[in-house]
Amino acid sequence: MADKPAKVLVRRHSGVTRITHWLNVLAVSLLLMSGLQIFNAHPALYWGAKSTFADPWVSMRKVEVAGQPRGITTVGDLTFDTTGLFGWSGAEGAREQRGFPAWATVPSWRDLGAGRSWHFFFAWVFVLNGLVYWAWGLIGGHVARDLLPTRAQLRPRNILHEIATHARLQFPRGEAARTYNVIQKLTYLLVIVVLLPLMVLTGLCMSPGFNATVPGLIDLFGGRQSARTIHFLSASGIVLFIVVHLALVVVSGLWNNIRSMITGRYAIEVSGEVEGKRP
Amino acid sequence: MSLDRRRWLAAAGATLGSLWLAGCDRLATNPTFTGVLKVAEKWTKHAQRAVTDRKALAREFTAADISKDFKPNGTMRPQDPEYLRLLGENFAGYRLVVDGLVEHPLALSLAEVRAAPSRTQITRHDCVEGWSSIGKWKGARLSALLDRAKLKPEARYIVFHCADTLDPSATDGAGVYYESIDLIDAYHPQTILAYQMNDATLPVRHGAPLRLRVERQLGYKHAKYVMRVEAVASLDGLGRGQGGFWPDRGYQWYAGI
Repeated sequence: MADKPAKVLVRRHSGVTRITHWLNVLAVSLLLMSGLQIFNAHPALYWGAKSTFADPWVSMRKVEVAGQPRGITTVGDLTFDTTGLFGWSGAEGAREQRGFPAWATVPSWRDLGAGRSWHFFFAWVFVLNGLVYWAWGLIGGHVARDLLPTRAQLRPRNILHEIATHARLQFPRGEAARTYNVIQKLTYLLVIVVLLPLMVLTGLCMSPGFNATVPGLIDLFGGRQSARTIHFLSASGIVLFIVVHLALVVVSGLWNNIRSMITGRYAIEVSGEVEGKRP
Repeated sequence: MSLDRRRWLAAAGATLGSLWLAGCDRLATNPTFTGVLKVAEKWTKHAQRAVTDRKALAREFTAADISKDFKPNGTMRPQDPEYLRLLGENFAGYRLVVDGLVEHPLALSLAEVRAAPSRTQITRHDCVEGWSSIGKWKGARLSALLDRAKLKPEARYIVFHCADTLDPSATDGAGVYYESIDLIDAYHPQTILAYQMNDATLPVRHGAPLRLRVERQLGYKHAKYVMRVEAVASLDGLGRGQGGFWPDRGYQWYAGI
């Protein structure tokens, strides 16, 4: 075989990873949008057990400025004019007072009861799907084999090198592309070990029934309003992950990435004798 | 990335996004789909009931935790003539009716309710909208009142009929507030008909003369201006059939989450 690089398809994602990934896409998208619907019923955040209505640390509302309605967002002592996005949004002439705009919520119109129906249904989907993924990931070895960084990967030199190449949007090629790099591994672990479970735990702590059942957990988060705030921040972290994840999917080979998450096969360029199937 | 490709991706993203939004809204108005979503409410209730001790108490706080800005919600001042009449005489002619599937129907004056076995608790009130306030409540234990009236064996739910019309536009007679709970919550030790809030007589905006406290559920279950407590075998035939003013309007009957 010549030394000329050849494209081969390697098996990247197992069936369980692919199915749970797309179910998670569905559940998380709808949880985010129904969550914003619920948030809009009282678009303010507090710390502690109870609300301090005169002093939320985040709020979105409509105010009149020189006779004109404006959407105002406050974060701590800072105030931002967010007309059209937060607090006061909608088509010109049909604007309404709402925290997040219609395109970010499900349903698009204001309906807290419906938002809660969507939220709790897809929370069950999300939790059951997550349990399947976790059980399979731990027992089947996916977490240990594909997600835990190796000792070599965790060397500061390697981490710095990965950060530098990521910043230049250079991605591993050839043999190095067979496995996740250290930034990928740590990011995925952060999401599946920290952020996603945190959503479930802080979500449960907003349930008065659950709080009577497991009184200790809500204390861990500093009270129900703190749990609600952490739920919101953790969801924001997930949105940030999704934005970066999608951007990197696009720039590191859109079709190759999408194919690998649908069929499981991922194309890499290699030279010499290789394992894998020619396309 | 070339400009063409970028434009193409943006257009594809926008198209997918608007299809997604339109699809969600269509599903949100489809009765079959919303029926499927509502199945989760039953799972949640059964899961919580399965892991929760029937008598597990909601957290109780100290006097220092009491909110100075406890937010009233729903009706703030009923305009119903019968309520205004009772309010005008400081509830002298008020009678709490306990009837339905009971052996001995009751009609108790406020003095009699205050003389009944009571409980005082400082608890957190969690509104379905997301906010919380902490208040101190004193009231008659619902379990003691129900025992005095003696439930018939076929009673399964306790319904709270209120004095306030929250939705005057309802033409089907379902504009008056009401709520219902099952016997597990009705016999929970923290379930009381409160006549005091923060050591003072319960104010009108918080439900005078009596409001329900059912501490392991969200605020809309805590019916204000309670006039009548009715034991029933089924929630059919009340209001629009969902067991409460807000459940009739798409909210969950089980509000433990």
